[in-house]
Amino acid sequence: MENTRDKLTLGGHEFTSRFILGSGKYNLDLIRAAVQYAQAQIITLAVRRANTAGAENILDYIPPGITLLPNTSGARKAEEAVRIAHLARALGCGDFIKIEVVHDSKYLLPDNYETVKATEILAREGFVVLPYMYPDLNVARDLVNAGAAAVMPLGAPIGSNKGLCTRDFIKILVDEIDLPIIVDAGIGRPSQACEAMELGAAAVMANTAIATAGDIPAMAGAFKNAIEAGRAAYRAGLGRVVEQGAAASSPLTGFLND
Amino acid sequence: MEGLHEVKNSIDPMKYLADMEVLEESTIMDEVLSRMQAYDYSHYRAQDVQRALQQDSRTPEDFAALLSPAAAPLLEEIARRAREETRRYFGNSVYLFTPLYVANYCENYCIYCGFNRYNSIRRARLTLAEVAKEMQAIARSGLEEILILTGESRKMSDPVYIGEVCKMARNYFKTVGLEVYPMNTGDYAYLHGCGADFVTVFQETYDPDRYAALHLAGRKRVFPYRLNAQERAIRGGMRGVGFAALLGLGDFRKDAFATGIHAYLLQRKYPQAEIAFSCPRLRPIINNDSIKPKDVHEAQLLQVICAYRLFMPFAGITISTRERSGFRNHVIGIAATKISAGVSIDIGGHQEKVAEKGDAQFEIADPRSVQEVCQAIKEQGLQPVMNDYVFV
Repeated sequence: MENTRDKLTLGGHEFTSRFILGSGKYNLDLIRAAVQYAQAQIITLAVRRANTAGAENILDYIPPGITLLPNTSGARKAEEAVRIAHLARALGCGDFIKIEVVHDSKYLLPDNYETVKATEILAREGFVVLPYMYPDLNVARDLVNAGAAAVMPLGAPIGSNKGLCTRDFIKILVDEIDLPIIVDAGIGRPSQACEAMELGAAAVMANTAIATAGDIPAMAGAFKNAIEAGRAAYRAGLGRVVEQGAAASSPLTGFLND
Repeated sequence: MEGLHEVKNSIDPMKYLADMEVLEESTIMDEVLSRMQAYDYSHYRAQDVQRALQQDSRTPEDFAALLSPAAAPLLEEIARRAREETRRYFGNSVYLFTPLYVANYCENYCIYCGFNRYNSIRRARLTLAEVAKEMQAIARSGLEEILILTGESRKMSDPVYIGEVCKMARNYFKTVGLEVYPMNTGDYAYLHGCGADFVTVFQETYDPDRYAALHLAGRKRVFPYRLNAQERAIRGGMRGVGFAALLGLGDFRKDAFATGIHAYLLQRKYPQAEIAFSCPRLRPIINNDSIKPKDVHEAQLLQVICAYRLFMPFAGITISTRERSGFRNHVIGIAATKISAGVSIDIGGHQEKVAEKGDAQFEIADPRSVQEVCQAIKEQGLQPVMNDYVFV
């Protein structure tokens, strides 16, 4: 009952699914599995990949009713991200844009400074801007002020499947930022997705973890269940962790009742 | 080719010619050469290789171990780890491209090369109208990435001509790469403006003495100018640069080590640069059947390719058309990420009704069409990808 009202809102658009398929590993089976078994309603799409004339155009494989989230991968500077966003619009990908500005070919870590600049420009142009960023509270605040629709901190380096390496910093963003916090990159297992949701993340983006699984549809389903469980736990309010062994209820202040 | 031609007024191989740009403050070459000279592959043991395999990220020392003879008995394990890294970074994507040779005039005298200026082959430079026809023929096959090649004659294939070819290529293809003679930063910037974004330069061999013995005349004889081409290309605005030694010209382990270190040092200096390796070894050439690959058999070649992958897991690796189809099929399943298809290395060889204008540089071993290569990729559970790039 509650769940029907628990919606993810991004730039005025509402979604019931909190799983977003990332674009790291391109695979048509993966898209089908994400929609059918993980019930994804948002699918990320690298513009540089969609920018193709041939038979393998990924745009042709996106099922109807799915919101496309084109990303600016390949951009090294804010201006390049802006140009790719314009290209996405021209290709008919809609107004959502995930900003990725990466100036490092080895780790693919986002450049926060250029990301803020690109967010400012594209939000002003009417895009629904979802910036991928390294979890830094000051930068997250700048992104809010720049007009972002959500903030997308990385859990671990892209494709690493290492999970929530930045857990404590993501928690700070969840606590301090009013926009949805979507954990992007590094989520390698359903349990890690569940943990992100328990922390209060509004959604989780994953790709490699499912793309490289032995059974893609089964793993897609596992992610769906994990994300729902984590969300339900967050909404229910996690209980306190009882310390080992019995404890007197008020060992320090009990004397007040003596 | 009968014997060597006498070369008068020989160029000093370590000295820049007057019009060659010098990157005064760059220490890349000195560092590559000193590390290569210090590399003694005979002192590595199996346990060094095993340690290298167990690392999450690998150092130059690990790379050195992986290229050593001690790694040879562990090739299966090395290939398994290389495959893991490839899939982690590239998923199941395999990128396709084709080379387009637009000219084969060459002013150099490289004694192992079929394009060399003393080799009597048919020379040609395609007109722009002919280039357009070639490109149309290639584009019809579905390819979206093209690699433009010339012989090394700045006079016969000047940057303006190459620039016009790049501009035309942008009409037919998404990705335009260059494999032409080394240039100054300004030329690279010009060609980047014309639509090229990737530059590959084969150093052939990183051993300066061997290099001087093999490259007897022409601008190519200047070793440091060639070695610093990638750095100038990056400074000229190119997104990515490719590296290669022609394995078999010198000591292939040292050459492969230097190639990897060269890429490693440049990536540290220019972290935004995309890195790629090509892995050619000597193949028979026109009019000279006596040159054979020295000691680089397929097992050694695979060891080198896997060592590149494990050292720089994010780098693209192109597998040469000089290799047979069976080898190429397996290598894309392990470490290579890019493969050429529908290759014709003759000048003007892509059009069915037009006679070839000029001869080829070497012989290819994999003549498969784009469709056949795509099919082979799919049969391995991999995905052929025509484009993953946008020019910005």
